[in-house]
Amino acid sequence: MAVYTLSINGRSRAVEAPEDMPLLWVLRDLLGMTGTKFGCGMGVCGSCTLHLDGEPERACQVPVAHVGTRKVTTIEGLSEKGDHPVQKAWIQHDVAQCGYCQPGQIMQAACLLKKHPHPTDAQIDEGMGENLCRCGTYQRIRAAIHTAAKASAPAGPKKAGAK
Amino acid sequence: MNTRRDFLQKTGCLALAFHVPMELKSFARSPEAAGSAALEPNAFLRIAKDGTVTVWATRSEMGQGVRTSMAQAVADELGADWSRVQVQQASSAPRFGDLGITGGSQTTKTTFMAFRKVGATAREMLVEAAAARWKVPAKECVALNGQVKHEGSKRGAAFGELVEEAAKLTPPKEPTLRNIKGMGHSRRRLDGPDLVTGKAGFGTDVRLPGMLVASIERCPVFGGKVKSFDAAAALKVPGVKRVFQVTSGVAVLGEHTWAALAGRDALKVEWDEGPAAQASSAGITAQLAKRLETPGKSVRKEGKGAAGLQGAAKRLKAAYDFPFLAHATMEPMVATADVKADRCDIYAPMQAVGLWMPMLMAATGLKAEQIEVHIPLLGGGFGRRAMPDFLMDAVECSKQAGVPVKVQWSREDDMQHDFYRPATHHELEGGLDAKGNLAAWNHRFAGGSIAASLGFPWPPESTEVSGAGDLPYAIPDLEVEWAQSDVPVPLGFWRAVPASFNPFASECFFDELAHAAGKDPLAWRLELLKGEGKRKVGQESVDLGRLRRVLETVRDQSGWGTAKFRKGRGHGVAAHAYLDCDTYVAQVAEVEVKADGAIRVLRVICAVDCGYAVNPENVKAQMEGGILYGLSAALLGEITLEKGRVVQSSFKDYPVARMEHMPKVEVHIIPHADFVPPGGAGEPGLPPLAPAVGNAVFHATGKRLRSLPMTPEKVRQA
Repeated sequence: MAVYTLSINGRSRAVEAPEDMPLLWVLRDLLGMTGTKFGCGMGVCGSCTLHLDGEPERACQVPVAHVGTRKVTTIEGLSEKGDHPVQKAWIQHDVAQCGYCQPGQIMQAACLLKKHPHPTDAQIDEGMGENLCRCGTYQRIRAAIHTAAKASAPAGPKKAGAK
Repeated sequence: MNTRRDFLQKTGCLALAFHVPMELKSFARSPEAAGSAALEPNAFLRIAKDGTVTVWATRSEMGQGVRTSMAQAVADELGADWSRVQVQQASSAPRFGDLGITGGSQTTKTTFMAFRKVGATAREMLVEAAAARWKVPAKECVALNGQVKHEGSKRGAAFGELVEEAAKLTPPKEPTLRNIKGMGHSRRRLDGPDLVTGKAGFGTDVRLPGMLVASIERCPVFGGKVKSFDAAAALKVPGVKRVFQVTSGVAVLGEHTWAALAGRDALKVEWDEGPAAQASSAGITAQLAKRLETPGKSVRKEGKGAAGLQGAAKRLKAAYDFPFLAHATMEPMVATADVKADRCDIYAPMQAVGLWMPMLMAATGLKAEQIEVHIPLLGGGFGRRAMPDFLMDAVECSKQAGVPVKVQWSREDDMQHDFYRPATHHELEGGLDAKGNLAAWNHRFAGGSIAASLGFPWPPESTEVSGAGDLPYAIPDLEVEWAQSDVPVPLGFWRAVPASFNPFASECFFDELAHAAGKDPLAWRLELLKGEGKRKVGQESVDLGRLRRVLETVRDQSGWGTAKFRKGRGHGVAAHAYLDCDTYVAQVAEVEVKADGAIRVLRVICAVDCGYAVNPENVKAQMEGGILYGLSAALLGEITLEKGRVVQSSFKDYPVARMEHMPKVEVHIIPHADFVPPGGAGEPGLPPLAPAVGNAVFHATGKRLRSLPMTPEKVRQA
């Protein structure tokens, strides 16, 4: 057991945890931040996706000892008022069904849009390919990503945003 | 061997298993309601003085949108301002009555009228209060957008202003419902904002003061029992508090999930694996095929039945096969219980609260009124969460530990200890007469029975024959025969239940016969569905006009008969009348078959007639969902057994559809001029998908696939 000081959603949080405890369980069980979801525990479903220094990571695969000084952003901290362009687009397209995978989908999509401000469908397939949904929301996720792209960077090149 | 069945029988809850309430049982008003500051005409609705309308949903939310659609049923009838409507979840507390089962696509069909009545009751009370205040006849007042208005005197009052007076009135026993027709309004789901910010509360998010988290090591073989276990190493893991035996295995309780999982890794258990240790998929496949060498039970017979084949000019035979499937909800099974000497609170994301109360009473030794089951959001259900095993884990652990316990299943637990969609083997034979008419049809199939496996007091075939026994086409001599063949695998309800497999056999074989007869498969379907009104199909009856109309719609919307496809591409059609929930769906799938045999579904044109669509956009979402869940089964999913163990353990070896697999789905909802009672939407989108894809693969390649999943290897070998 050791004490780790983590930067989570802009706040400094100290936790005492075993060094191999995944960040997922630190957030959920020690800090009570349950927005990040457990889906598989082996990094293959994407439900626990969050950002480390702005990059998408699977929280179930990151031992707390490896987080270091990297800034952790979870679904609770993606925007102050739940109004990140991706969140707004998700509401507009009524993407969620059961909603369990959606925090991970949203965190992944937010990173995808940083890398590709106007992603093609092929880039969406690739960028979102490791985030599973059993309810069948992929078509709406795709549409919502295109909507969020237009809202975040309306001046972007038309060609790249074409469906 | 089935210990779960033993448990169900011992606890005496089976008598209730078929009890699906058709109406809200409780219109009781709480004693405080009369004269309260809010209007609460019954347990399901509260209108506050600030105008907020709160509806209590009595069915579980697992993504099918019932919390929103139940609120809509009340709000539309009430004349509420939708922006002021919120929803709460009813618990098993007596004031809500029996919560029944959320399943079978029954929620809207069985509760819509009752929830409208809830809204109408409050509307009449508000109108009566306004009319009394203004001294005008109540029938001249209207309730709309959160206000009662009197046109003649140009007066109006917001609902909130009227609740105090309305609450003093006696609720009308038989309020008059509004005259609705056509379609309802597409409303975004009420949980939407919470779902995109991480605030929404799922079963796994429950946290109680002093709670421990448990992970349970289970025998890898179904029905196996603990012989002995050594907890010494597990108890040395930091954070591990207790280790003890429970019905389903050995539970490791920790301060948090990670401690429980790490402790479980260190646990040593010896198992008595029992007789199922010899079971294998190869053995079960052979068993099912052998079963059809002897007669089964004839579940439907028309004309001369199977004997009609004798007189056919041309006969065609084919065998179809289906594997076991896991549900693989994104949220693995989980439940939390806090069992005390005189009270028990359970927080379980479950589909069948009403079904399992007797079992909870037996397990806790408490009376029904001392037990309250709270229903958080379900991270997917698909039938898996109708089973009580995960909830009993939590009850047992909490009772034994004396503190609140959350039992968290791992992904591996979830996949290897499911109640699986049955594997089945089908043999079909069809006969054409000299003119190429479909003269005879014989469909024989073997598999386990979900009903029998769970010990439900239903006929064993009742959970197995939809999509086969209700074949809607006019065929003079027809027989459908089901042969029970018990397997040492727990079976359960999986989205669309037998209609997740039977329609692939019947709708693909129909396609085979159409090609053999030189007919267009879609036109031939329409021809054999001619006629007015309903046709009796076994125990049920199918509305021929409604089934034709969904087929005609996909024909027209897909360019059937005129569409041109390049090499390796093609389209196929299938339809299914989901008679249990009164919904009709047809789909045309367009596919591309790659050189390596991989099938890509490019587009699905779907027509659905679910009667009055309460929330059309949600109906579309449910069709998208049924199609995607069906696509995983059509192309990817298969659970196999070796030495009595499920081989697959995660999404690595039990692949499910990903973003790249999602076809472009176009949903057309059949409009009705009048009011047609609403049917279901959760399951009916699934059954036509696999046969439409199978038929499209044949159109694209000339290869007929008769076994799911349709893997590249099977395409290459076909």
